[in-house]
Amino acid sequence: MTDLPQATGKRLGLVIDLDTCVGCHACVIACKAWNTEEGQSPLADMDAHGAHPSGAFLNRVHSYEVTPHDGTAPRIVHVPKSCLHCTDAPCVTVCPTGASWKRAEDGIVLVNEAECIGCGLCAWACPYGAREQDPAQKVMKKCTLCVDRIDNPALPEIDRIPACVRTCPTGARHFGDLGDPDSAVSRLVAERGGMALMPEQDTGPVNRYLPPRDKETELDILAPLLTPVTEGPKGFLGWLDRALEKLG
Amino acid sequence: MHPAASLIAFTTLSGAGFGLLAFMGLGLGVSRGWAGAGLFALGFGLALTGLAASTAHLGRPERAIKAFREWRSSWLSREAWLALAALGTLTLFAALRLANLPALPVGILGAALALFTVAATAMIYAQLRTVPRWHHWSTPAIFLAHAVTAGTVLTGFRWPAIVLLMATALAQFVAWKTGDARAAASPTTRESATGLGPIGHVRPFEPPHTGNSYLTKEMVFVIGRKHAVKLRALALALAYLAPVGVLLIPPHIVAVAFAAALHLAGTALTRWLFFAEAEHVLARYYR
Repeated sequence: MTDLPQATGKRLGLVIDLDTCVGCHACVIACKAWNTEEGQSPLADMDAHGAHPSGAFLNRVHSYEVTPHDGTAPRIVHVPKSCLHCTDAPCVTVCPTGASWKRAEDGIVLVNEAECIGCGLCAWACPYGAREQDPAQKVMKKCTLCVDRIDNPALPEIDRIPACVRTCPTGARHFGDLGDPDSAVSRLVAERGGMALMPEQDTGPVNRYLPPRDKETELDILAPLLTPVTEGPKGFLGWLDRALEKLG
Repeated sequence: MHPAASLIAFTTLSGAGFGLLAFMGLGLGVSRGWAGAGLFALGFGLALTGLAASTAHLGRPERAIKAFREWRSSWLSREAWLALAALGTLTLFAALRLANLPALPVGILGAALALFTVAATAMIYAQLRTVPRWHHWSTPAIFLAHAVTAGTVLTGFRWPAIVLLMATALAQFVAWKTGDARAAASPTTRESATGLGPIGHVRPFEPPHTGNSYLTKEMVFVIGRKHAVKLRALALALAYLAPVGVLLIPPHIVAVAFAAALHLAGTALTRWLFFAEAEHVLARYYR
């Protein structure tokens, strides 16, 4: 059934902080690794060691140069992009087979790969490029919010979050219920003015992006409280340093 | 969008086939004897070849039958059902006519189903908000105009064919121009795509991947736009003006066949442009 659920219990999704993302692509690799090594159907690569490698990814990081309108120095902003688990997901309703569906209990958009004919219409209907056809299996693949992690009681609780969130070294990725206004992610969105991508496409994306802070005005108030890492060499190196100084 | 040969063949051939069968169904073509059998064979042949070509676009064509399931929400599924219903009804109509039996009610139903099939094919594209050039009622209008025109040319109605060829040429020209305007007026920009508009002007710095991907191959196709004006002129000449020129010489079956071949080749070129010129909003992330 490719109709969308009237309302979903939870609205699980990601909140991605563009201020702290350093564009390291660790989330991309963690996503590819989890879904390929642990998942039921690997994300294939073609010509991986040849001249024209290509492959299926569920998460990709774009980098942009943003030049402020007042002409001040441009800055680089990294924008990780994966499925936004839209409320009005057009990829679900265009599906002719019912392979594409939105889970009623938490709103996660999923593909039943056994039913997928690989027509690619869902990828055309998605404005974000969240769906890709696997080059080997020829079925559509997309971010599942790691349902095989978050639903898996065999994993320790700390690991029951999407692989990209678990791995992000800067803590730029957050996972939670955006339908609950009191959840940590919802509070973060309210505090930081979280935004939707392409709101004019009317897909009702669940994921939110936290805009980069203004570096001129928003100083890190904790910075003066940080203890310096080193105040000069001690021990043998300190003696060596002082001895060499004396030599002139 | 990537102009896949399978989809160009699908929309061109099945459109012409269903157009021809619709004319036959309405009792406007010769539907008796050897001439009738030939025209029926041509109509069913074109429609079935087109539908077969469409399965070549699938990643898993062996599962094509599953596409019939979600007719309540999916235009692709509706198209599959309508095609099946049209072909079934028109097969009955062809059998009755070739047996010299009256079958006009069956034919009218078959003609309606055939035209609805063409409209449903177009709606697969017109429903996509992500492609502003397609997301308009003119997309099914143009597909239907081509189907009806091809039907008229193939059944050899000389003067109606000439009038429809000129009218479709004009409609196609207007559709290109209004499509250009829609694409230019799309509210989706790099700024809205990244949400970074309030900060400043956004310029792509590094793409997420150094090579090609399914996304860039399928939806960030740009080759078509470089020669778009020349190709549009060529398409207008091939699809409409040349067939009109051929049809103006004294009628002969060879002239009709030649005009139809020119029209179908030109239609295939307009379909190549239909895909190649279509800009998907995903491209905003890349360019």
